[in-house]
Amino acid sequence: MANEKLYLYPLWIRIWHWLNAALFIILLLTGISMQYSNPENPFLISFELSVQLHNICGIALSINYLLFIFGNLFTSNGKQYKMKTKGLFKRLYDQSVFYLFGMFKKQDPPFPISLENKFNPLQRFIYSTAMYIGFPIIIASGMAMLFPEIIIPQLFGVSGLLVTALLHAIIGFVLSLFLFIHIYVCTIGNSIISNFRSMITGWH
Amino acid sequence: MKPSKLLLGCMCLLLSFSLYAQKEVNKNHSCLKCHAHRTYKYMNEDFGMEIKESMCSNRMIDTLAYQQSNHGMFKCTDCHSPEYETFPHSGNLRMELMYACNDCHAGDPEYAKFHFEAIEEAFYESMHYNRSPDAFTCWSCHNPHTYKTQARIGEKISETVSYDNNICLSCHADVSKYELLTERENINILKSHEWLPNQELHFKNVRCIECHTQLSDSLLVSHVVMPKDSAIRECTSCHSANSHLMASLYRYKSLESRKGSGFLNAVIINDSYVIGANRNKYLNILSVVIFGLVLIGIFTHTIFRIFKSK
Ligand code: HEC
Ligand code: HEC
Ligand code: HEC
Ligand code: HEC
Ligand code: HEC
Ligand code: HEC
Ligand code: HEC
Ligand code: HEM
Repeated sequence: MANEKLYLYPLWIRIWHWLNAALFIILLLTGISMQYSNPENPFLISFELSVQLHNICGIALSINYLLFIFGNLFTSNGKQYKMKTKGLFKRLYDQSVFYLFGMFKKQDPPFPISLENKFNPLQRFIYSTAMYIGFPIIIASGMAMLFPEIIIPQLFGVSGLLVTALLHAIIGFVLSLFLFIHIYVCTIGNSIISNFRSMITGWH
Repeated sequence: MKPSKLLLGCMCLLLSFSLYAQKEVNKNHSCLKCHAHRTYKYMNEDFGMEIKESMCSNRMIDTLAYQQSNHGMFKCTDCHSPEYETFPHSGNLRMELMYACNDCHAGDPEYAKFHFEAIEEAFYESMHYNRSPDAFTCWSCHNPHTYKTQARIGEKISETVSYDNNICLSCHADVSKYELLTERENINILKSHEWLPNQELHFKNVRCIECHTQLSDSLLVSHVVMPKDSAIRECTSCHSANSHLMASLYRYKSLESRKGSGFLNAVIINDSYVIGANRNKYLNILSVVIFGLVLIGIFTHTIFRIFKSK
């Protein structure tokens, strides 16, 4: 691994990232509070407050997402999310084998971090999927529920709102799994906190 | 019998049926020729000429809705005096005492499942009756010419919601009927419900009576409309696992579908989505299992990292 420091995370991506993280966590907590709404459970946020917070944070996260999209459209950071399909599976496999076995045998990472490749193939794949498939779906379904008049009332004999809400909850669940795995994998660095420090200072 | 004769016989039978049906529809023609139209004509004997005038809208009857109503097979004069056959209607007909529902329905075992007596008692407890005991009757909500048992016969819950809400809105969105009953200033319900988010969606998917009546175990439609201070305001009375709606709006459908499939939440699941009340048991279990697996994975990985780091 290169010893000299790399400036990997420009300021705008750091701002986007921490805003996104904070909003996402609020959305997750209020989303769970609504889904499992129960006035007797002291750990849940009250339904009324949850609805309000969830609406506000959902809109804020969507706007913040535009920052991500435009940032990646107009700066070189966008390249990091592009993948060649050729050999993709092999690269993902190699990286997984490293996480599962290689790193315990003190092997070197198969895809060292560089300015051109700040993500390893697994990160690249998962970040792209989350940001370019997961996010659009969850934002679109969320907006649809905020403005229910745009939802098709009936879909295959089932309420359109139901389908939308189910999709929203399922993607939300998948993204929350991503969050847990993401935070855990970020502890795998030079030290446990080094990646988090990078995301604050920008320097790797 | 030859096929042609059979055919002829069938056609005769059909014809006589349709004639009979025609007569059924037309039995009220003598009244509906005036009361079903925006204008009516009558013969002015003195001048010896026919006069055309307009019928005021609250004397008009929607014939289609009348036929589909519970009492659609009635002759007008089953409830109204036969003296209405003459026009101009005699002045003292105004003083005519109208039947109440229970004049016909009380004690009749055929209608026991509707619990007319219990509904009447509930009605006497209602805020409407107590504020204007003389003017407010069953007919105030049950339009004599259109009322039907929508909650039982309706296919879609949304149709029942709009049918039932239109009953309330016939006064609460129309001053001319409202002001017959009170001196109080008109209530703007859009304003009084500003606290309810997605107001339009709620009013389309949930009935006024869900929040404004006391729940009743024995009645399908609770009739005790309460004063506004007692109205439901907590979101969680609907948006939670033991949603209020299961005992009211969705009750009839869920009773029916439970007979069929034994799956309690079946109704809510297809017809609408109430956040917090719709819970799919299998999805819940699946998500807990997946989440558990992820945690176990992370935990094992951590253990390996701790032991292998030396
Ligand atoms: C020639 C047209 C005409 C016919 C036929 C007619 N009505 Fe009317 N009816 C009117 C008009 C006009 C009014 C409103 C003026 C009034 O109250 O006299 C009215 C009013 C009424 C009212 C309301 C009275 C009130 O106190 O407000 C009733 C009830 C009524 N009609 C029933 C009937 C019934 C039942 C029949 C058939 C047996 C019938 N009418 C036939 C024209 C007609
Ligand atoms: C089930 C009994 C019933 C039948 C059948 C019935 N009416 Fe009525 N009608 C009533 C009652 C009760 C009222 C008084 C409503 C009130 O007090 O609000 C009324 C009121 C009216 C009025 C006055 C305007 C109004 O709506 O309040 C007219 C006009 C009228 N009826 C015409 C007819 C005609 C025409 C028919 C036949 C097509 C008919 N009714 C059939 C019970 C009946
Ligand atoms: C003049 C007598 C009379 C009056 C008044 C009357 N009904 Fe009825 N009602 C009947 C009859 C008779 C039937 C049966 C009609 C049929 O079988 O088609 C009936 C049917 C019904 C049904 C449908 C029953 C079923 O099996 O589907 C309901 C509900 C009902 N009435 C409610 C009411 C209500 C509510 C009122 C008062 C607002 C009322 N009725 C006033 C005589 C009356
Ligand atoms: C404040 C309005 C209101 C008043 C007043 C009122 N009702 Fe109702 N009633 C309703 C509504 C709303 C329904 C539901 C109609 C539906 O969708 O089937 C209903 C339904 C009914 C049903 C059918 C219940 C069932 O199990 O299907 C009966 C019977 C009935 N009412 C009788 C009465 C009688 C009798 C009175 C007078 C003592 C009365 N109602 C007064 C609003 C009212
Ligand atoms: C026939 C007309 C009429 C119909 C139908 C009607 N209302 Fe009302 N309602 C009134 C009038 C009049 C008042 C005002 C009473 C007063 O305070 O004098 C009122 C008042 C109210 C209030 C306020 C009570 C308070 O504490 O001030 C509520 C809540 C209400 N209605 C709910 C309903 C619901 C729910 C329905 C339908 C099931 C309904 N109303 C149907 C006429 C009607
Ligand atoms: C989610 C529950 C809910 C639903 C649904 C609902 N209401 Fe209300 N309503 C309330 C509450 C709570 C109040 C008391 C508001 C207050 O005091 O500020 C109220 C107040 C009212 C009042 C009295 C307002 C005043 O300013 O005096 C009327 C009338 C009323 N509602 C009618 C209706 C009608 C008609 C519908 C159906 C179209 C309806 N409500 C649906 C909960 C509800
Ligand atoms: C009387 C029952 C009832 C009460 C009380 C109630 N709701 Fe609802 N709510 C519903 C129903 C029914 C739906 C829509 C179901 C559908 O569209 O099929 C709904 C839908 C919603 C939605 C979803 C909008 C969307 O686009 O998906 C939100 C948000 C909501 N309610 C918030 C609230 C809040 C906040 C409160 C308390 C202030 C509240 N509700 C009180 C019954 C209720
Ligand atoms: C508190 C919660 C979070 C923490 C602590 C955290 C931590 C980090 C860290 C340390 C990095 C840099 C290391 C790396 O490149 O892998 C990073 C990058 C990233 N994180 Fe997070 N994260 C959190 C929440 C989220 C959420 C909710 C999302 C999106 C759903 C997200 C998406 C991303 C993306 C896309 C990158 C790469 C950014 C880039 O450089 O282009 N993170 N995160």
